[in-house]
Amino acid sequence: MVSNDSSSDSRSKVSTKIVVAGGFGAGKTTLVASVSEIPPVTTEAIMTEASVEHDDISATPTKATTTVAMDFGRITLDHELIMYMFGTPGQSRFWFMWDDLVRGAVGAVVVVDSRRLADSFDAVDYFERNQRIPYIVALNRFDGRLDYTIDEIREALEIAPEVPIVDFDARDRSSSGSVLKTLLMYALSRPTQPEPVG
Amino acid sequence: MSYRRRRSARIRPYTFTGGRTRSRHPLMVQTLVSAADPGSEPPRALMPESRSIHELCVEPRSVAEIAAELDIPLGVTQVLLSDLADQGLVYIHPTITGHSPSENQVLERALRGLERLFQ
Repeated sequence: MVSNDSSSDSRSKVSTKIVVAGGFGAGKTTLVASVSEIPPVTTEAIMTEASVEHDDISATPTKATTTVAMDFGRITLDHELIMYMFGTPGQSRFWFMWDDLVRGAVGAVVVVDSRRLADSFDAVDYFERNQRIPYIVALNRFDGRLDYTIDEIREALEIAPEVPIVDFDARDRSSSGSVLKTLLMYALSRPTQPEPVG
Repeated sequence: MSYRRRRSARIRPYTFTGGRTRSRHPLMVQTLVSAADPGSEPPRALMPESRSIHELCVEPRSVAEIAAELDIPLGVTQVLLSDLADQGLVYIHPTITGHSPSENQVLERALRGLERLFQ
């Protein structure tokens, strides 16, 4: 296949990433599918506990075989800028790989199912502690309604006062797109947090 | 011994990478990679997996897309890409993380792009 781009043009392409987190079944993949220009792709992550810590994995063979499915989507924002959206594995036993996945993200969305608030506590807690990655909370309006007010949810999940909380419908393209816009605006409004190297 | 059976059913990915699990280049899942000289044939000595990666990168692709397309685990893809970069066969594009104030312009471009797409 011959590309119309000259080599120098395609070299000027850059990419960026946002992370979509939340409890199992909260609507992460639905959000990614609503805004992505490609059907969400599932890839196998092999960032295991063993490989994070050691080069030699032969001593812990059972850990080495752990694989985690991860969904991602893509939006071409202009001719030189592509944004990827990565859904994090929902199960809490995969938290060890979050640092790798979150590294280098411009921001994160924590999708919350307001009927099951407790399921999103781990994700909110992770980003409250992380501090470096700007995050917002997006309440997925299942059946068009919310069981709590935004203030009640902020209090229940101990979300910092400056963190935006929006409600949306993950199945709706425009509504999901608004969530991404809110995240980018919030990221731009925050003072830059240098990320440690390595 | 179901564990033994499972192991023998498949070549362990680390065989390809000489046991290394870390890449030396800043390759994140979203990082774009393209062939350094898209028109040229890669060296014959390349492993089939690295050859496939080189062919796929005629146009810029992210590390995650390469891994998914070729069905190679992410960690292994990163190491193979790192080797290709060492040999000067692929170009690793800059990745915008938003962690430096100089990148704010790109974030603003991203926001404008989103506003165009999701009105």
